Amino acid sequence: MSWGFLRDVLSGVNKYSTGIGRIWVAVVFIFRLLVYMAAAENIWKYEHDEFECNIEQPGCENVCFDHFFPVSHIRFWALQLIVVSAPSLLVVFHVAYRENREKHHNQKLYRNPGERDGGLLCTYLISLILKTGFEIVFLVLFYKLYNGFKVPRLVKCDIRPCPNTVDCYISKPTEKMIFLYFLVATSCLCIVLNLSELSYLICKYSLKRYLKRHKKHQGSKS
Amino acid sequence: MDWGALHTILGGVNKHSTSIGKIWLTVLFIFRIMILVVAAERVWGDEQDDFICNTLQPGCKNVCYDHFFPISHIRLWALQLIFVSTPALLVAMHVAYRRHEKKRQFIKGSQKCEYKDIEEIRRQRFHIDGSLWWTYTSSIFFRLVFEAVFMYAFYFMYDGFRMPRLMKCSAWPCPNTVDCFVSRPTEKTVFTIFMIAVSSICILLNVAELCYLLAKFFLRRSKKAGNAKHHPNHENKEETKQNEMNELISDSCQNTVIGFTS
Repeated sequence: MSWGFLRDVLSGVNKYSTGIGRIWVAVVFIFRLLVYMAAAENIWKYEHDEFECNIEQPGCENVCFDHFFPVSHIRFWALQLIVVSAPSLLVVFHVAYRENREKHHNQKLYRNPGERDGGLLCTYLISLILKTGFEIVFLVLFYKLYNGFKVPRLVKCDIRPCPNTVDCYISKPTEKMIFLYFLVATSCLCIVLNLSELSYLICKYSLKRYLKRHKKHQGSKS
Repeated sequence: MDWGALHTILGGVNKHSTSIGKIWLTVLFIFRIMILVVAAERVWGDEQDDFICNTLQPGCKNVCYDHFFPISHIRLWALQLIFVSTPALLVAMHVAYRRHEKKRQFIKGSQKCEYKDIEEIRRQRFHIDGSLWWTYTSSIFFRLVFEAVFMYAFYFMYDGFRMPRLMKCSAWPCPNTVDCFVSRPTEKTVFTIFMIAVSSICILLNVAELCYLLAKFFLRRSKKAGNAKHHPNHENKEETKQNEMNELISDSCQNTVIGFTS
Protein backbone atom coordinates (compact mmCIF):
# COMPACT_ATOMS: atom_id res chain seq x y z
CA MET A 1 0.00 0.00 0.00
CA SER A 2 1.45 3.31 -1.02
CA TRP A 3 1.19 5.83 1.77
CA GLY A 4 3.77 8.12 0.16
CA PHE A 5 1.00 10.31 -1.24
CA LEU A 6 -0.55 10.89 2.18
CA ARG A 7 2.89 11.67 3.55
CA ASP A 8 3.46 14.28 0.83
CA VAL A 9 0.04 15.85 1.46
CA LEU A 10 0.65 16.13 5.19
CA SER A 11 4.13 17.58 4.65
CA GLY A 12 2.49 20.24 2.48
CA VAL A 13 -0.01 21.10 5.22
CA ASN A 14 2.80 21.45 7.76
CA LYS A 15 3.85 24.74 6.17
CA TYR A 16 0.58 26.50 7.02
CA SER A 17 0.00 24.97 10.46
CA THR A 18 0.47 26.33 13.96
CA GLY A 19 2.96 24.73 16.36
CA ILE A 20 0.27 22.40 17.73
CA GLY A 21 -0.71 21.52 14.16
CA ARG A 22 2.88 20.44 13.47
CA ILE A 23 2.86 18.26 16.58
CA TRP A 24 -0.38 16.69 15.26
CA VAL A 25 1.29 15.94 11.92
CA ALA A 26 4.28 14.38 13.73
CA VAL A 27 1.98 12.21 15.89
CA VAL A 28 0.01 11.04 12.84
CA PHE A 29 3.19 10.23 10.89
CA ILE A 30 5.12 8.48 13.59
CA PHE A 31 2.66 6.98 16.02
CA ARG A 32 -0.10 6.11 13.58
CA LEU A 33 1.19 5.76 10.02
CA LEU A 34 4.61 4.33 10.83
CA VAL A 35 3.25 1.94 13.48
CA TYR A 36 0.54 0.86 11.03
CA MET A 37 3.05 0.12 8.28
CA ALA A 38 5.88 -1.25 10.40
CA ALA A 39 3.94 -3.44 12.77
CA ALA A 40 0.17 -3.57 12.57
CA GLU A 41 -0.23 -4.62 8.91
CA ASN A 42 1.70 -7.84 9.45
CA ILE A 43 -0.32 -8.90 12.47
CA TRP A 44 -3.56 -8.92 10.50
CA LYS A 45 -2.00 -10.26 7.28
CA TYR A 46 -3.18 -13.87 7.56
CA GLU A 47 -6.16 -13.30 9.87
CA HIS A 48 -8.58 -15.28 7.71
CA ASP A 49 -6.22 -18.22 7.16
CA GLU A 50 -5.46 -18.45 10.84
CA PHE A 51 -9.09 -18.14 11.95
CA GLU A 52 -9.95 -21.70 12.96
CA CYS A 53 -13.30 -23.28 13.85
CA ASN A 54 -13.79 -26.59 15.60
CA ILE A 55 -15.84 -28.08 12.76
CA GLU A 56 -15.40 -29.92 9.46
CA GLN A 57 -18.55 -28.41 7.87
CA PRO A 58 -17.49 -26.59 4.66
CA GLY A 59 -18.39 -22.92 4.60
CA CYS A 60 -18.86 -22.62 8.35
CA GLU A 61 -15.50 -20.91 8.93
CA ASN A 62 -16.08 -18.40 6.13
CA VAL A 63 -19.54 -17.50 7.37
CA CYS A 64 -18.42 -17.12 10.98
CA PHE A 65 -15.41 -14.98 10.06
CA ASP A 66 -17.61 -12.73 7.96
CA HIS A 67 -20.12 -12.43 10.81
CA PHE A 68 -17.55 -11.42 13.44
CA PHE A 69 -15.37 -9.21 11.20
CA PRO A 70 -17.65 -7.33 8.75
CA VAL A 71 -14.76 -4.89 8.23
CA SER A 72 -11.32 -6.01 9.34
CA HIS A 73 -9.70 -3.95 12.13
CA ILE A 74 -6.75 -3.09 9.93
CA ARG A 75 -8.91 -1.78 7.08
CA PHE A 76 -10.81 0.32 9.58
CA TRP A 77 -7.50 1.73 10.84
CA ALA A 78 -6.38 2.57 7.29
CA LEU A 79 -9.73 4.21 6.47
CA GLN A 80 -9.57 6.24 9.67
CA LEU A 81 -6.07 7.50 8.80
CA ILE A 82 -7.14 8.57 5.31
CA VAL A 83 -10.41 10.23 6.37
CA VAL A 84 -8.81 12.05 9.31
CA SER A 85 -5.96 13.45 7.18
CA ALA A 86 -8.27 14.60 4.37
CA PRO A 87 -9.65 17.85 5.93
CA SER A 88 -6.10 19.23 5.96
CA LEU A 89 -6.37 19.34 2.17
CA LEU A 90 -8.98 22.12 2.49
CA VAL A 91 -6.26 24.45 3.77
CA VAL A 92 -3.88 23.49 0.95
CA PHE A 93 -6.62 24.05 -1.65
CA HIS A 94 -7.55 27.45 -0.19
CA VAL A 95 -3.92 28.64 -0.31
CA ALA A 96 -3.61 27.35 -3.89
CA TYR A 97 -6.85 29.19 -4.78
CA ARG A 98 -5.45 32.42 -3.30
CA GLU A 99 -2.19 32.08 -5.24
CA ASN A 100 -4.14 31.32 -8.42
CA ARG A 101 -6.30 34.41 -7.91
CA GLU A 102 -3.21 36.59 -7.54
CA LYS A 103 -1.78 35.16 -10.75
CA HIS A 104 -5.08 35.64 -12.58
CA HIS A 105 -5.40 39.30 -11.54
CA ASN A 106 -1.66 39.83 -12.00
CA GLN A 107 -1.42 41.83 -8.78
CA LYS A 108 -0.69 41.28 -5.10
CA LEU A 109 -4.13 40.76 -3.51
CA TYR A 110 -2.88 39.32 -0.22
CA ARG A 111 -0.04 40.29 2.09
CA ASN A 112 0.96 36.63 2.09
CA PRO A 113 -1.26 33.90 0.55
CA GLY A 114 -0.27 31.46 3.30
CA GLU A 115 -1.06 33.81 6.20
CA ARG A 116 -3.83 32.61 8.48
CA ASP A 117 -6.32 35.51 8.28
CA GLY A 118 -9.92 36.01 7.21
CA GLY A 119 -11.07 33.23 4.90
CA LEU A 120 -8.04 31.00 5.44
CA LEU A 121 -8.55 31.12 9.20
CA CYS A 122 -12.17 29.98 8.76
CA THR A 123 -11.02 27.15 6.48
CA TYR A 124 -8.39 26.14 9.04
CA LEU A 125 -10.93 26.12 11.87
CA ILE A 126 -13.39 24.10 9.77
CA SER A 127 -10.68 21.56 8.95
CA LEU A 128 -9.89 21.22 12.67
CA ILE A 129 -13.57 20.67 13.54
CA LEU A 130 -13.93 18.10 10.75
CA LYS A 131 -10.77 16.25 11.82
CA THR A 132 -12.00 16.02 15.42
CA GLY A 133 -15.48 15.00 14.28
CA PHE A 134 -14.16 12.20 12.08
CA GLU A 135 -11.90 10.86 14.83
CA ILE A 136 -14.80 10.69 17.29
CA VAL A 137 -17.12 9.12 14.68
CA PHE A 138 -14.59 6.40 13.85
CA LEU A 139 -13.92 5.59 17.49
CA VAL A 140 -17.65 5.33 18.27
CA LEU A 141 -18.25 3.24 15.13
CA PHE A 142 -15.42 0.89 16.07
CA TYR A 143 -16.76 0.52 19.60
CA LYS A 144 -20.27 -0.23 18.35
CA LEU A 145 -19.13 -2.66 15.62
CA TYR A 146 -16.86 -4.78 17.79
CA ASN A 147 -18.59 -4.34 21.17
CA GLY A 148 -15.58 -2.61 22.70
CA PHE A 149 -11.88 -2.71 21.97
CA LYS A 150 -11.23 -6.22 23.26
CA VAL A 151 -10.36 -9.09 20.93
CA PRO A 152 -11.60 -12.39 22.39
CA ARG A 153 -9.68 -15.64 22.01
CA LEU A 154 -12.81 -17.62 21.36
CA VAL A 155 -16.09 -16.73 19.67
CA LYS A 156 -19.18 -18.95 19.53
CA CYS A 157 -20.89 -19.10 16.16
CA ASP A 158 -24.26 -20.65 15.24
CA ILE A 159 -25.01 -19.26 11.77
CA ARG A 160 -26.05 -21.55 8.91
CA PRO A 161 -24.43 -23.79 7.66
CA CYS A 162 -22.68 -24.30 11.03
CA PRO A 163 -24.54 -27.06 12.88
CA ASN A 164 -25.60 -25.97 16.41
CA THR A 165 -22.95 -23.81 18.13
CA VAL A 166 -19.34 -23.96 17.01
CA ASP A 167 -16.18 -22.74 18.77
CA CYS A 168 -14.05 -20.47 16.59
CA TYR A 169 -10.59 -19.28 17.58
CA ILE A 170 -9.12 -15.95 16.56
CA SER A 171 -5.37 -15.80 15.87
CA LYS A 172 -3.06 -13.50 17.91
CA PRO A 173 -5.87 -11.92 19.96
CA THR A 174 -3.57 -10.43 22.62
CA GLU A 175 -1.24 -8.79 20.09
CA LYS A 176 -4.23 -7.42 18.17
CA MET A 177 -5.71 -6.04 21.37
CA ILE A 178 -2.44 -4.29 22.33
CA PHE A 179 -2.28 -2.56 18.96
CA LEU A 180 -5.96 -1.63 19.05
CA TYR A 181 -5.46 0.05 22.42
CA PHE A 182 -2.49 1.84 20.89
CA LEU A 183 -4.73 3.00 18.04
CA VAL A 184 -7.37 4.29 20.48
CA ALA A 185 -4.74 6.07 22.61
CA THR A 186 -3.23 7.87 19.60
CA SER A 187 -6.70 8.81 18.32
CA CYS A 188 -7.55 10.34 21.70
CA LEU A 189 -4.22 12.18 21.72
CA CYS A 190 -5.00 13.59 18.27
CA ILE A 191 -8.47 14.67 19.44
CA VAL A 192 -6.91 16.49 22.42
CA LEU A 193 -4.34 18.19 20.13
CA ASN A 194 -7.06 19.30 17.69
CA LEU A 195 -9.27 20.69 20.48
CA SER A 196 -6.37 22.59 22.08
CA GLU A 197 -5.35 24.02 18.70
CA LEU A 198 -8.98 25.08 18.11
CA SER A 199 -9.25 26.85 21.48
CA TYR A 200 -5.80 28.44 21.03
CA LEU A 201 -6.74 29.90 17.63
CA ILE A 202 -10.18 31.10 18.80
CA CYS A 203 -8.67 32.77 21.89
CA LYS A 204 -5.81 34.34 19.90
CA TYR A 205 -8.00 35.89 17.23
CA SER A 206 -10.77 36.99 19.62
CA LEU A 207 -8.12 38.77 21.69
CA LYS A 208 -6.67 40.38 18.55
CA ARG A 209 -10.11 41.61 17.49
CA TYR A 210 -10.93 42.90 20.96
CA LEU A 211 -7.65 44.82 21.17
CA LYS A 212 -8.20 46.29 17.70
CA ARG A 213 -11.70 47.46 18.65
CA HIS A 214 -10.41 48.84 21.94
CA LYS A 215 -7.70 50.83 20.09
CA LYS A 216 -10.24 52.17 17.57
CA HIS A 217 -12.57 53.18 20.40
CA GLN A 218 -9.74 54.96 22.22
CA GLY A 219 -8.64 56.59 18.99
CA SER A 220 -12.17 57.93 18.23
CA LYS A 221 -12.50 59.26 21.84
CA SER A 222 -9.27 61.28 21.66
CA MET B 1 7.87 -1.01 5.86
CA ASP B 2 8.64 2.64 5.58
CA TRP B 3 11.45 3.73 7.85
CA GLY B 4 12.58 6.25 5.25
CA ALA B 5 10.42 8.98 6.79
CA LEU B 6 12.01 8.38 10.19
CA HIS B 7 15.42 8.53 8.53
CA THR B 8 14.60 11.95 7.01
CA ILE B 9 13.42 13.37 10.33
CA LEU B 10 16.34 12.05 12.36
CA GLY B 11 18.85 13.02 9.68
CA GLY B 12 17.84 16.64 10.27
CA VAL B 13 18.57 16.34 13.98
CA ASN B 14 22.00 14.85 13.24
CA LYS B 15 23.39 18.26 12.34
CA HIS B 16 22.82 19.62 15.84
CA SER B 17 23.92 16.54 17.79
CA THR B 18 27.16 15.89 19.62
CA SER B 19 29.63 13.37 18.18
CA ILE B 20 28.35 10.66 20.49
CA GLY B 21 24.83 11.48 19.31
CA LYS B 22 25.92 10.98 15.71
CA ILE B 23 27.45 7.61 16.56
CA TRP B 24 24.23 6.63 18.31
CA LEU B 25 22.22 7.54 15.25
CA THR B 26 24.50 5.49 12.98
CA VAL B 27 24.26 2.47 15.29
CA LEU B 28 20.48 2.87 15.37
CA PHE B 29 20.11 2.91 11.61
CA ILE B 30 22.66 0.33 10.60
CA PHE B 31 22.60 -2.21 13.39
CA ARG B 32 18.98 -1.99 14.44
CA ILE B 33 16.63 -0.70 11.78
CA MET B 34 18.49 -2.21 8.84
CA ILE B 35 18.96 -5.57 10.56
CA LEU B 36 15.28 -5.55 11.55
CA VAL B 37 14.08 -4.88 8.02
CA VAL B 38 16.58 -6.98 6.09
CA ALA B 39 17.02 -10.02 8.30
CA ALA B 40 14.86 -10.29 11.38
CA GLU B 41 11.55 -9.91 9.53
CA ARG B 42 12.37 -12.92 7.34
CA VAL B 43 13.26 -15.05 10.35
CA TRP B 44 9.99 -14.23 12.13
CA GLY B 45 7.95 -14.18 8.93
CA ASP B 46 6.50 -17.66 9.22
CA GLU B 47 6.26 -17.76 12.98
CA GLN B 48 2.64 -18.75 13.36
CA ASP B 49 2.44 -20.96 10.28
CA ASP B 50 5.35 -23.06 11.44
CA PHE B 51 4.36 -23.10 15.11
CA ILE B 52 3.21 -26.70 15.36
CA CYS B 53 1.39 -28.37 18.23
CA ASN B 54 1.15 -32.10 18.71
CA THR B 55 -2.65 -32.23 18.64
CA LEU B 56 -5.49 -32.39 16.16
CA GLN B 57 -7.76 -30.28 18.40
CA PRO B 58 -8.83 -27.23 16.36
CA GLY B 59 -8.05 -23.95 18.06
CA CYS B 60 -5.39 -25.37 20.35
CA LYS B 61 -2.51 -24.04 18.21
CA ASN B 62 -4.01 -20.54 18.07
CA VAL B 63 -4.56 -20.40 21.80
CA CYS B 64 -1.11 -21.73 22.67
CA TYR B 65 0.61 -19.36 20.25
CA ASP B 66 -1.28 -16.44 21.74
CA HIS B 67 -0.40 -17.58 25.26
CA PHE B 68 3.36 -17.84 24.64
CA PHE B 69 3.70 -14.80 22.31
CA PRO B 70 1.36 -12.05 23.57
CA ILE B 71 3.28 -9.67 21.33
CA SER B 72 5.73 -10.87 18.72
CA HIS B 73 9.47 -10.06 19.14
CA ILE B 74 9.55 -8.28 15.84
CA ARG B 75 6.65 -5.99 16.69
CA LEU B 76 8.13 -5.20 20.08
CA TRP B 77 11.42 -4.19 18.45
CA ALA B 78 9.62 -2.04 15.89
CA LEU B 79 7.74 -0.24 18.69
CA GLN B 80 10.97 0.11 20.69
CA LEU B 81 12.74 1.70 17.71
CA ILE B 82 9.85 4.11 17.12
CA PHE B 83 9.66 5.18 20.76
CA VAL B 84 13.42 5.50 21.14
CA SER B 85 13.67 7.71 18.02
CA THR B 86 10.82 10.00 19.07
CA PRO B 87 12.64 12.17 21.69
CA ALA B 88 14.91 13.42 18.90
CA LEU B 89 11.78 15.15 17.56
CA LEU B 90 11.77 17.40 20.62
CA VAL B 91 15.22 18.64 19.61
CA ALA B 92 14.12 19.06 15.98
CA MET B 93 11.10 21.12 17.09
CA HIS B 94 13.22 23.30 19.38
CA VAL B 95 15.74 23.96 16.60
CA ALA B 96 12.91 24.82 14.19
CA TYR B 97 11.44 27.20 16.80
CA ARG B 98 14.83 28.92 17.30
CA ARG B 99 15.26 29.24 13.55
CA HIS B 100 11.76 30.74 13.28
CA GLU B 101 12.56 33.29 16.02
CA LYS B 102 15.83 34.29 14.33
CA LYS B 103 13.99 34.68 11.01
CA ARG B 104 11.40 36.91 12.69
CA GLN B 105 14.12 39.03 14.29
CA PHE B 106 15.96 39.30 10.97
CA ILE B 107 12.80 40.37 9.12
CA LYS B 108 11.96 42.94 11.82
CA GLY B 109 15.51 44.31 11.54
CA SER B 110 16.23 43.84 15.24
CA GLN B 111 19.43 44.98 16.99
CA LYS B 112 20.58 41.43 17.74
CA CYS B 113 20.70 40.40 14.06
CA GLU B 114 23.94 38.71 13.05
CA TYR B 115 23.10 37.17 9.68
CA LYS B 116 23.57 38.32 6.13
CA ASP B 117 20.46 36.64 4.73
CA ILE B 118 17.72 34.16 5.44
CA GLU B 119 19.62 31.32 3.76
CA GLU B 120 22.34 31.61 6.40
CA ILE B 121 19.74 31.26 9.14
CA ARG B 122 18.43 28.10 7.46
CA ARG B 123 21.89 26.60 7.12
CA GLN B 124 23.16 27.54 10.55
CA ARG B 125 24.14 24.86 13.02
CA PHE B 126 23.00 25.74 16.52
CA HIS B 127 25.28 25.07 19.47
CA ILE B 128 23.82 23.11 22.32
CA ASP B 129 23.48 25.82 24.93
CA GLY B 130 20.78 27.55 26.92
CA SER B 131 17.30 26.08 26.62
CA LEU B 132 18.40 23.81 23.74
CA TRP B 133 20.77 22.11 26.22
CA TRP B 134 17.84 21.28 28.49
CA THR B 135 15.76 19.95 25.56
CA TYR B 136 18.66 17.87 24.27
CA THR B 137 19.46 16.46 27.71
CA SER B 138 15.83 15.56 28.43
CA SER B 139 15.58 13.88 25.02
CA ILE B 140 18.58 11.68 25.93
CA PHE B 141 17.03 10.94 29.31
CA PHE B 142 13.74 9.86 27.71
CA ARG B 143 15.64 7.72 25.20
CA LEU B 144 17.34 5.94 28.08
CA VAL B 145 14.07 5.42 29.91
CA PHE B 146 12.33 3.99 26.82
CA GLU B 147 15.23 1.64 26.04
CA ALA B 148 15.32 0.36 29.61
CA VAL B 149 11.53 -0.07 29.79
CA PHE B 150 11.37 -2.03 26.55
CA MET B 151 14.31 -4.25 27.50
CA TYR B 152 12.71 -5.00 30.84
CA ALA B 153 9.33 -5.65 29.20
CA PHE B 154 11.02 -8.07 26.81
CA TYR B 155 12.81 -9.90 29.62
CA PHE B 156 9.63 -10.05 31.71
CA MET B 157 7.37 -11.30 28.90
CA TYR B 158 9.66 -13.98 27.55
CA ASP B 159 11.39 -15.08 30.77
CA GLY B 160 14.83 -14.21 29.48
CA PHE B 161 16.30 -13.87 26.00
CA ARG B 162 16.37 -17.51 24.93
CA MET B 163 13.83 -18.98 22.51
CA PRO B 164 13.00 -22.53 23.61
CA ARG B 165 12.47 -25.32 21.08
CA LEU B 166 9.55 -26.85 22.87
CA MET B 167 6.77 -25.32 24.91
CA LYS B 168 4.22 -27.24 26.95
CA CYS B 169 0.71 -25.85 26.67
CA SER B 170 -2.40 -26.71 28.69
CA ALA B 171 -4.71 -23.79 27.85
CA TRP B 172 -8.29 -24.64 26.92
CA PRO B 173 -9.31 -26.18 24.43
CA CYS B 174 -6.06 -28.16 24.36
CA PRO B 175 -6.68 -31.55 25.96
CA ASN B 176 -4.37 -32.13 28.97
CA THR B 177 -0.84 -30.94 28.16
CA VAL B 178 0.26 -30.50 24.57
CA ASP B 179 3.79 -30.17 23.11
CA CYS B 180 4.20 -27.16 20.84
CA PHE B 181 7.30 -26.58 18.71
CA VAL B 182 8.61 -23.15 17.77
CA SER B 183 10.05 -22.65 14.29
CA ARG B 184 13.78 -21.68 13.95
CA PRO B 185 14.47 -21.31 17.69
CA THR B 186 18.27 -21.08 17.37
CA GLU B 187 18.20 -18.42 14.65
CA LYS B 188 15.65 -16.44 16.68
CA THR B 189 17.82 -16.71 19.80
CA VAL B 190 20.85 -15.45 17.86
CA PHE B 191 18.97 -12.42 16.54
CA THR B 192 17.41 -11.73 19.94
CA ILE B 193 20.82 -11.69 21.61
CA PHE B 194 22.17 -9.48 18.80
CA MET B 195 19.34 -6.94 19.19
CA ILE B 196 19.71 -6.94 22.98
CA ALA B 197 23.47 -6.40 22.65
CA VAL B 198 22.98 -3.45 20.29
CA SER B 199 20.31 -1.99 22.62
CA SER B 200 22.84 -2.20 25.47
CA ILE B 201 25.46 -0.44 23.34
CA CYS B 202 22.91 2.29 22.60
CA ILE B 203 22.16 2.64 26.32
CA LEU B 204 25.90 3.00 27.03
CA LEU B 205 26.24 5.62 24.28
CA ASN B 206 23.32 7.57 25.73
CA VAL B 207 24.78 7.41 29.24
CA ALA B 208 28.17 8.58 27.89
CA GLU B 209 26.53 11.46 26.01
CA LEU B 210 24.58 12.48 29.13
CA CYS B 211 27.78 12.48 31.23
CA TYR B 212 29.61 14.44 28.54
CA LEU B 213 26.87 17.11 28.41
CA LEU B 214 26.72 17.39 32.20
CA ALA B 215 30.52 17.64 32.47
CA LYS B 216 30.58 20.35 29.78
CA PHE B 217 27.81 22.26 31.58
CA PHE B 218 29.57 22.25 34.96
CA LEU B 219 32.93 23.10 33.39
CA ARG B 220 31.41 26.07 31.59
CA ARG B 221 29.74 27.24 34.79
CA SER B 222 32.95 27.04 36.83
CA LYS B 223 34.84 28.88 34.06
CA LYS B 224 32.28 31.68 34.08
CA ALA B 225 32.41 31.95 37.89
CA GLY B 226 36.22 31.91 37.76
CA ASN B 227 36.34 34.66 35.12
CA ALA B 228 33.88 36.87 37.01
CA LYS B 229 35.97 36.56 40.22
CA HIS B 230 39.45 37.19 38.80
CA HIS B 231 38.82 39.60 35.92
CA PRO B 232 35.91 41.94 36.64
CA ASN B 233 37.54 44.92 34.79
CA HIS B 234 38.60 42.72 31.95
CA GLU B 235 35.03 41.59 31.54
CA ASN B 236 33.77 45.21 31.46
CA LYS B 237 36.29 46.04 28.73
CA GLU B 238 35.11 42.97 26.82
CA GLU B 239 31.50 44.04 27.30
CA THR B 240 32.10 47.53 25.88
CA LYS B 241 33.96 46.02 22.94
CA GLN B 242 31.00 43.68 22.36
CA ASN B 243 28.58 46.62 22.54
CA GLU B 244 30.56 48.52 19.91
CA MET B 245 30.57 45.45 17.69
CA ASN B 246 26.83 45.03 18.17
CA GLU B 247 26.23 48.61 17.11
CA LEU B 248 28.33 48.12 13.99
CA ILE B 249 26.47 44.88 13.20
CA SER B 250 23.04 46.47 13.78
CA ASP B 251 23.94 49.40 11.50
CA SER B 252 25.07 47.12 8.72
CA CYS B 253 22.02 44.95 9.37
CA GLN B 254 19.67 47.92 8.96
CA ASN B 255 21.36 48.73 5.66
CA THR B 256 21.00 45.13 4.54
CA VAL B 257 17.32 45.05 5.51
CA ILE B 258 16.63 48.32 3.71
CA GLY B 259 18.43 46.96 0.66
CA PHE B 260 16.46 43.70 1.01
CA THR B 261 13.04 45.33 1.13
CA SER B 262 13.57 48.03 -1.54
